[in-house]
Amino acid sequence: MNLEEFVNGFAEQFDDTDPEEIQAGTVFHELEEWSSLTGMAVIAFVKTAMGKKIEGKELKACVTVEDVYNLVCSK
Amino acid sequence: MAANPFSLEGKTVLVTGASSGIGRSTAVACSNMGATVVVNGRNEHKLAETLALMAPGSHVVVAGDLTGDVAALVAQMPKLDGIVHCAGIGHSKLCKQIEADDIDLVMGVNFKAPVLLQAELLKQRKVNKGASIVFVASLGYDYPNVANGVYCASKGAIVAYANCLKLELAQRLIRVNVISPGMVWTDLIVHGGMTEESLREDEQNSYLFHQYNQPEDIAYLAVYLLSDATVRMTGTNVHIAAGAKRL
Repeated sequence: MNLEEFVNGFAEQFDDTDPEEIQAGTVFHELEEWSSLTGMAVIAFVKTAMGKKIEGKELKACVTVEDVYNLVCSK
Repeated sequence: MAANPFSLEGKTVLVTGASSGIGRSTAVACSNMGATVVVNGRNEHKLAETLALMAPGSHVVVAGDLTGDVAALVAQMPKLDGIVHCAGIGHSKLCKQIEADDIDLVMGVNFKAPVLLQAELLKQRKVNKGASIVFVASLGYDYPNVANGVYCASKGAIVAYANCLKLELAQRLIRVNVISPGMVWTDLIVHGGMTEESLREDEQNSYLFHQYNQPEDIAYLAVYLLSDATVRMTGTNVHIAAGAKRL
C-alpha cells in the first residue's frame, strides 16, 4: 500500500471529518474528531488492510499521518 | 426541536423487513408521523403494498436481501436520521434437532445481517449525527421458550451487540435502543407446528391482557424511540408484551 492509499484508508476511519481535511502531513491528534475510538479504528485498519500490528502508544507518539505510515512500513 | 417532540417531520428513516409484519407497520407509522422512509425488504411486490399503505412522501424503495451484497444496497440509500432493524425470521426446533444449517440460517438473518448492515451504513457515512438506531429483538432473549433455542440466542446476540454499539456511537450523540416484544400477531409466529388455535389459547392463558401485541404497538414504540422525545435515551431495552407471564 502506498502513502496515498494509506492516507485515504486513514481518512475512512473518521465519521464526520471531511476526507479532504486529512493529508499525509495532517497532525491528526489535533483533529476535532480524533479520539481513542478513532485510534482503535486506525489500529484495526492497519491490521486488516496491511496485516501489521501497531500499539496504541506507538500511534500516540506519531505526529502526522505519514509518521503512522512510516511506522507501519517499519514493521 | 419540533413543536411536537413526537413528530418525525424532516427525518429520514430506514426500515428493514418492511414488506410485512412489524417492519411494514413501522414504515407506515413513520410515514404517518412525517418521516421520509427508506423501505427495505426482499419482495418488491410486497414492498409496493407497504408503500400503498404509507402516507405520501418522497419515500425510497431499496429492495434486496440483506444477507447478500449489502454494500450495494447501502450505496442506494440517502443519509439517515433513524434506522429500525426489523428484518428477521422465526425458527422452531427442539435443541436435540438443531443442525449447523439452522444456526447459519437464523443467526445469518437475525444477527449477522443487521450487524453487517449497520457496519456498512457507518462505513459509507450514512448515519447522521444525533440519529436513532432501533433493533427489534424479542423477549425470547430472556424468557426461555421450548423449541426456540436458536431463535432466542439470535435475539440475545443482537441485544448484546446493541449494548456495545451504543458505546461506540455515543460520541456522535447517536442513540441505540432495543425493543423486545412478546408475541406479536405476524406471519412469523405461525410456523413450526404452531397453529393459530394453540396461539389463541396461549394468548388467553399467558398474557395479563389476554392478547398478544399487534404489529402497530411495536411500530408506535419505534416512532417514539426515533423521535426527538428520546434524544437522551440510549442503551435501553424496552419490553412490550401485554403483560406476558411467559412466552
